[in-house]
Formats: sequence, structure tokens, C-alpha cells
Amino acid sequence: MKRLFTTFAAITAVLISGLAQASGELFIYNWTEYTPPELIAKFEKESGIKVSVDTYDSNETLLAKLQAGATGYDIVVPSQNFVPILINEGLIQKVGVHALSNFKNMEDRWTFPEWDSEQEYSGPWQWGTTSFSYNSELYSGTGASLKEFFEPSDELNGRLSVFQTPDEVISLANIYLGIPFCSEDAKQMKQIQDMLVTQKESVVAYNSETMSDLLASGEAIMTNHWSGYSRLGRLTGAPIVYAYPKEGVVGWYDSMVVPTSAKNVENAKKFMNFMMDPVNMAMLTENQGYGDAVKGTAAYYSDELKSAPEINPPSDLNVFFAPTCSPKAQSLIDKVWTKVMQ
Amino acid sequence: MSDWLPKSAAGRRWLGLAPSYFVIGIFMLIPMVIMGVFSFLEPNPYGGVKPIGSLAAYIKIAFEYDLEDKLVFNPGYLNIIFRSFQLSFGATLLCLIFGFPVAYYITLQPENRRNFYIYLVTIPFWTNLLIRTFAWIIILGRGGVIEAPLLATGIIDDSLRMMYSDGAIAIGLTYSYLPLMVLPIYASLEKLDFRLLDAASDLYANRFEIMTKVVIPLSKPGIIAGCILVFIPCLGAFIAPNLLGGGKKLMLGSLVQFQFASARNWPFGGALSMLLLSVVIITLIFYARAAKNRAAMEGSA
Repeated sequence: MKRLFTTFAAITAVLISGLAQASGELFIYNWTEYTPPELIAKFEKESGIKVSVDTYDSNETLLAKLQAGATGYDIVVPSQNFVPILINEGLIQKVGVHALSNFKNMEDRWTFPEWDSEQEYSGPWQWGTTSFSYNSELYSGTGASLKEFFEPSDELNGRLSVFQTPDEVISLANIYLGIPFCSEDAKQMKQIQDMLVTQKESVVAYNSETMSDLLASGEAIMTNHWSGYSRLGRLTGAPIVYAYPKEGVVGWYDSMVVPTSAKNVENAKKFMNFMMDPVNMAMLTENQGYGDAVKGTAAYYSDELKSAPEINPPSDLNVFFAPTCSPKAQSLIDKVWTKVMQ
Repeated sequence: MSDWLPKSAAGRRWLGLAPSYFVIGIFMLIPMVIMGVFSFLEPNPYGGVKPIGSLAAYIKIAFEYDLEDKLVFNPGYLNIIFRSFQLSFGATLLCLIFGFPVAYYITLQPENRRNFYIYLVTIPFWTNLLIRTFAWIIILGRGGVIEAPLLATGIIDDSLRMMYSDGAIAIGLTYSYLPLMVLPIYASLEKLDFRLLDAASDLYANRFEIMTKVVIPLSKPGIIAGCILVFIPCLGAFIAPNLLGGGKKLMLGSLVQFQFASARNWPFGGALSMLLLSVVIITLIFYARAAKNRAAMEGSA
């Protein structure tokens, strides 16, 4: 019996050390359909590192997973307003992005951003806007105002789709009603709540995944949408138009960060550096159609992407980047959303 | 040889069962205890819990602090819970209506073909539930499998709007859990002594009476087991309500999921899970009692 235990212990020890030495691997946890396979293939070929990709559907899911102690991810891709939360909760680590060799390629506008002012944590992925899209064959409006989305006309009755998580919906509502982001004022939040409850009468579904399918099938005539994702829907042949309302749109900036529990930090840094090379970043932008934060990528864009309306907004468009909300403001947002969902 | 084995039979039985105690302990009891403990703590604003005791999560099920921070009765969550029960009840009833005849039909088949039919019933389990539910979007959707021919032949001229409704959720739930109804009913019908049917018929019972007075009472254990097996997962379901119902009306399952993701209120999610768990346990206790009574009655007969 003793010998059996010794053998068992030896096997366990070998397994554990094998896991610890798992060099040559990189685990990426990214949004759904946000990691082009050809880009991963290129990185694997150049670096010899084996990459695995797992996906999530919202910043909230990412936070909940990391908060629940999910380990084994080397790179995750939160939006700008979640980066400070991840830093404060001790869920991501400093990797000195500013010292990577390709950091010099970053556009000045995006270096040392307020959510990571030393650029210790985050490397660029994509940035884009959140607004709404409509099926131009079925809708008579022009998407000129957020009013069309929040106070839908009769033709949208039962044909409007809204995101499933409160984050960006409420930010857009803030812009439309002229209420500051992360408001801690109960009266203002009540105003948003009332508007969303009324809007719900026209809503067919709360959905953050298949917006373009809903528009293409005509199940919805108008949906919440992200700029680049809307372009992908349009490229499948559906008459999808991404709206630039006069009040403005929500902007977001997604960046790569390294969880504290990461096992392959050096490989994560290699990947971050790889992504700051314009050739590689252009590949990502070509696939996703949002904006990138690396100089010289446009030279590698296709003509289609260069002229895509989704990445060429009107020059006078207001883009508002939401900050991290205080716990009080966040709890008001959750209350509003739960009320709407009841 | 084997001198390390316990001497007594009880000890050996315990040792033999140890692996299953271990599995149930690790994968069922410990997570449930964690959930129970979390439900009595305070939420951390960005997910997780603070180690401060609190009953807030349970109070929240029926009361709320309104936007001005006053504690008022809030039927909102109770409505969601009630709605979940209603829908689960409906889906269970539909499963019974469709499942019983299927199980009965299979029982009437020659023995060598029964296994093949049972095998067919289990085939849906081979594919992920999410994918099967997505298929219903194509079936029920605007211009989908059902609508397209009706639209083409001019029987309807506008969409029936079947998707994103309570009806769609009920269809999705019924479809998902129908096999769980068929299998236990089949298991109890299989043991049915068909000579009893002949006897009933000899005693001038008509077909309806044979069904209601002989077949159904004798298959009751299977029917009850099937209903429990369907009702319980329906209560916690969130795939069908989200995908087919459009996530417009929260169900208990989606409400719990929302607490752990968007709302970042783990204690409240835990409290709702505990509520769900108590309902399940109470149902099972009643079932066990009824089964015991029945066994006692049969024993004394």
C-alpha cells in the first residue's frame, strides 16, 4: 500500500511540475468573435507559442469570472471603464507595456490614457463606438437622433432590440437626456428608468449577440449596435445602416491586460508587442472594422475598409467615453435595469 | 491479504460508498454551502462578497430601497418567481400531454423494438441544449420554417410573431425536457401487466375507463417522477427564456444569472438560489413521503 501512495505522489508531482513549466503557451480570454483566427495563426507561426482562445459576452461576465477566481488566462480584453476596477480589485498585474519595443508605434492620442496613466497594464486592441443600427429597407427614419431609439415611433412597435446588459444602454440614455455619466442623482436615474420602461413596450428582444441577424431577418428593424460589428452585418449583404445621432455616441477602448493569476506573462508581453506592430494590428482592424490605436495601419487596409462608413464617422460626431462609476452610481444603474427587466 | 480492509460489514459498506460520498461532497455539498454562506454576507460593489453578515439579500426578495432609499414592499421579484412557477407548470403539463402517449406507444411495441424507440428519445441529448434552442429560432422566427410556406401560399400576410413570446419559451422548455418525462413514464408502464387491461375490459370497462382507472393509476409513480424531473430544471432554466423569450421578462434562472454577472450582487443571487433549492427539497420530501405511503399501503394489501 505504501508503495502505491509513493507512486501516486510521484505521478502528482510530475503532473504539477508539468503544469508549472507549461511554457510555449498563451491563453487568451476575449469577447465573442473578437479574435481573428488568421491573426492567431500568424502569431503562432512567428513565435512558436501555442495559443488558446476562450470567449465572454460582456465586461461584467469577465469581471465576475476573474472575481470568482478563474485562473489560467494570460490575456483578457476589458473596456476602458473596467480597467480601473480590475486594477483596484488586484485582478490584473503591471507588465510595463510602455517598455515594449513596439510601443513607439502607438498613436499619441491613446498613450498613457486616464485609465492607465503610466501605461503599465494595458496594450491596445480596438476602439469603437456604440450607437444603434437600422434596416434601411424597413425603416423610414434616418437615425439622426437618439430619440428614434429611445422614443421609438409606431413602425418600430415590437421590432426594436436593445443590449442585454445595462452598461452601454444607460450611457447612451445619459447622452440623450443630457445627464452626466455615472449620475448619483436618484431623480435623474428615475428619468432614465421611466424612459427605458416606456421604450420596452416596443422592444422585441434584449440581445447583445445576434443584432445583425435580427436586422437581416427583419425580426428587428432597429437594434443597439457596435460600429464594427454593424459593418460585419452589412458585409453579409443585409441593408444595415449604423446611425450617428446628433447627440453623440458612446465610445469605448478595449485593451489587453494580464490577469494576476496569469501563468505565461512573458508570452502575454510578446503577444502585446506583436499586436503593436502595424501589420498585425491592421489585420485585426480589417477583420473587426473598429478603430485601432497604432500608427501606420491604414497603409495595410483594404479599399473596402478605408471607405467603410462605420469607421469614418462624420467629423462633428460627439464621442463620449464612459468613466468607471462609483459603487453608488453603479447600484443605481443596477436598480434601474432590474426595474426595467421586471 | 487485504488486512487493511475494515472488519465489520458496515465499515466495508461505508468504504465502498466512500467514492460517491466524496464526489457528492465535493461537487454538490461544498458549492451549496458556499452559496448558502454567501447569501448571508454583504455584496462587494465590484463582485464577490464582503465578510460582513447581513440579511439584506433575503429582505430584498420582497422589499426594496427605492431611489430615495426608503424600504418599501416590492412585488417585482415575487412576480418573477411567480412567473417562473407558472411557466414551469405550463411546460410540465405540455410535457405530460405529449410525453405520456409517446411512452404508452413505446410500451405497446414488440419488445425488440422498444429499445430502439427509447434510443430515439434520447438522441436530442447528444447535441448541446444551446444549439438545439438556437434551432428553434430558425423554426419559429420571422420568415422561418413555419412561416415561410404560410407566407408563400398567402395563408398569412404578416408575421405571426411567434418568437420572443411566452409561447416560444413554453415550446422551448417543453422541447428541452420532454425526454425526461417520457423515460420515467415508460419505465413504470413497461412493468404494467397487460392482462389487467383484458380483465378490465371483461368487466365492461370502456377504453376511457381502462385508461383512467387502470393504466394511469398504475403508471402514477412514473408520471410523478417525470413531472418532478421536468418541473425542477424548468424553474431554473435561462437558455430558453433568453434566446426564445428575448430576455424581456426575467425568469428565476435569468434573474440569478443577472445577479452574478451584470448586477454584481452575489449574496442576492445566492439567496434566490437558496429559495429555489428549498422549493426543490420540499417537493422531493413530499414525493418521498407519498412513495413511502404507497409502499406501505401495497405492503398491507
